[in-house]
Amino acid sequence: MSTATGTTATSSQSVTLAKALNMGLRAAMEADDKVLVMGEDVGKLGGVFRITDALQKDFGEHRVLDTPLAESGIIGTAVGLALRGYRPVCEIQFDGFVFPGFDQIISQVAKLTYRSRGAYQMPLTIRIPYGGGIGAVEHHAESPEAFFCHIAGLRVVACANPADAYWMIQEAIACPDPVVFFEPKRRYWEKGELDTSVDPGTTFSSVLRSSSNNSAVTLIGFGATMPTVFAAAAAAAEDGIACDVVDLRSLSPLDLGPVLESVQHTGRAVVVSEAPGEVSLASEVAARITEEAFYSLAAPVQRVTGFDVPYPPSKLEEEYLPDLDKVLHAVDRSLAY
Amino acid sequence: MAPEQWTPSPQAPAAPEGVGAATSPSPAEVARGLRATGEGADTIQLLSPEGEYTPHPDFPIEVSGELLRDLYRDMVLIRRFDREGNSLQRQGQLSIWVPLLGQEAAQIGAGRGMRDQDMAFPSYREHGIAWCRGVDPTELLGIFRGTNHSGWNPVEKRFHTYTIVIGNQALNAAGYAMGQVFDGKVGGGPESDSEATITFFGDGATAQGDIHEAMVFATAYDSPVVFYCQNNQWAISEPIEKMARLPLYRRAAGYGMPGFRVDGNDVLACLAVTRWAMDECRSGNGPVMIEAFTYRMDAHTTSDDPNRYRMADTTEAWKLLDPIERVRVHLVREGLADQDFFDGIQAEADALAERFRAFAVAMEPPGPETMFSGVYTAPHAQTERQRAEFLEYLEGFGDDAAHGEPANAAGGGH
Repeated sequence: MSTATGTTATSSQSVTLAKALNMGLRAAMEADDKVLVMGEDVGKLGGVFRITDALQKDFGEHRVLDTPLAESGIIGTAVGLALRGYRPVCEIQFDGFVFPGFDQIISQVAKLTYRSRGAYQMPLTIRIPYGGGIGAVEHHAESPEAFFCHIAGLRVVACANPADAYWMIQEAIACPDPVVFFEPKRRYWEKGELDTSVDPGTTFSSVLRSSSNNSAVTLIGFGATMPTVFAAAAAAAEDGIACDVVDLRSLSPLDLGPVLESVQHTGRAVVVSEAPGEVSLASEVAARITEEAFYSLAAPVQRVTGFDVPYPPSKLEEEYLPDLDKVLHAVDRSLAY
Repeated sequence: MAPEQWTPSPQAPAAPEGVGAATSPSPAEVARGLRATGEGADTIQLLSPEGEYTPHPDFPIEVSGELLRDLYRDMVLIRRFDREGNSLQRQGQLSIWVPLLGQEAAQIGAGRGMRDQDMAFPSYREHGIAWCRGVDPTELLGIFRGTNHSGWNPVEKRFHTYTIVIGNQALNAAGYAMGQVFDGKVGGGPESDSEATITFFGDGATAQGDIHEAMVFATAYDSPVVFYCQNNQWAISEPIEKMARLPLYRRAAGYGMPGFRVDGNDVLACLAVTRWAMDECRSGNGPVMIEAFTYRMDAHTTSDDPNRYRMADTTEAWKLLDPIERVRVHLVREGLADQDFFDGIQAEADALAERFRAFAVAMEPPGPETMFSGVYTAPHAQTERQRAEFLEYLEGFGDDAAHGEPANAAGGGH
């Protein structure tokens, strides 16, 4: 089990999550000339979030493709390119725009290796800026990870900080299997330390971010909710309640090792995600903890999620989204058992 | 929009000459759901239903006795194993079969119009294309017997897996063709090692967004891909008139690529036009659309009942346009084949059918452990865990575990 450590190496730098992704993409493109970036506005503009900034200028129009405005087309042609030996990195402009490409992802991307009995590999990365909290119009703030976690053949990951963003995007691109890569768009401009000189090994695993011998509750989050989870842990600590914090990172397959190890000590777990709670990743985590750590539990696993409503107009999103108070309330509910 | 709004009212000024004027259906036709999709098209034909050969100035092809005999043999053999597939389903040996009857020329012509280095992306009725790519007919059986989802190596055969979701494969083909461009494999001319891609789909698929997007991407990237639509006029029970007002090949112009309609029952026309189109593509002049106008002589699949939605008269009329018979007549009339030749082909066809049947009947269901194989390329903890747990569970039953009979229930869906 790895634990987070504050990086103090001299090669460390403070970068935004967006910049770290850009650096990771650049590193992957430099390492392998079969890596292509494709999507809407990813070329001259550098993407609406500038994640692909300057890549077309430096790698050319055949490496960074401003595609026609058609998500099924982006994914479907990326499949053909992957069959030809390329490693396409598709950018879906916003979470809510992935659905025109959903058919290709479910029917072809996820299944071609299986259908061909291993004759084909599908080294495709599908980047999806996801999550709310940016005051956007409809379809720009959703958390659709559960749809993809439900589909065998896909790997699903979410990065939560600049260092993970840098390494995880490279691991996704190097992976011979298709990876749906969720980026917390609300956190694009938050800075963190990044040391590009120390390869951390696999990042497709969950990680215990903080722990203590006297922790009473295990807080579990991923991607966009991690800062909320950390803030809740800090606030709880001020009230004398120590919490372990786990960042799932790999949403499919789930890596529950650190979660179970922590829960065996704390006996209590709170799962936090922005998506509606019904049939969600939070549900899966809760069920698996119940199956695999039942006798360690002192309370039912608590879920803090979005409501089972369509994502609301942005003036209501602060009410909709998990926040510090909702997480603390769940901690209290758990401790009340 | 109401049907009466689809066409100008009788009082409206006459439409100008051109596409619309030539093919706009009358209100009466619209009301009947019948459109002019079969009319007004310049169909390319080299070999008439009566077996008369007329060269086409735009699509030159060297027609020899050997070529004609080879094409005849191809068509007879694929028809024979196609009929055997139907029989095997009726006898419970296959859960479903997708017949190609009537489309032998459309498929053999296209398949023989490809070169070895080319790549094909089929739908699921392309047994004749599979044949041309060197896929053994027995390798098709697993899909329909339920022992696998695809029985051949698509990389080695340069013949992609069957694609059952309508239209998906056209985008995959367009992407593959983009890769041919990026790899510098386009532009060398007909006899070079330059490559082209061809994708197959039906008339029903032309309503799908993926076909549209594929044509947008292919033209945007000048990709070497031939869009080969076998218009067999039926999407299960829905006639093409439910989906199109104009002959389908005319859509090509809207994307900025050449489009042609060929007599899909004329193997020479299908061959000449496909070879021309593939060579255009490999030379850097792609993409191209071809509409092979043909007729689905059998059901959509063995789960279908065409008697519920179409007239037997039409099918009978199309028998006079049979793709194999016109080649046979031509061979006889021109003295290019004797009875020994025809007898030999028939014997070869019967032997193939026998081998096909024997293989099908002997196919064992795969072991339960194979269910978990190939989901991912890299190791995957959850799949491995489930495989181990399930095999342990099965072991609990002792020797009786996990050896059921092959499924033979009639399947459904497309």
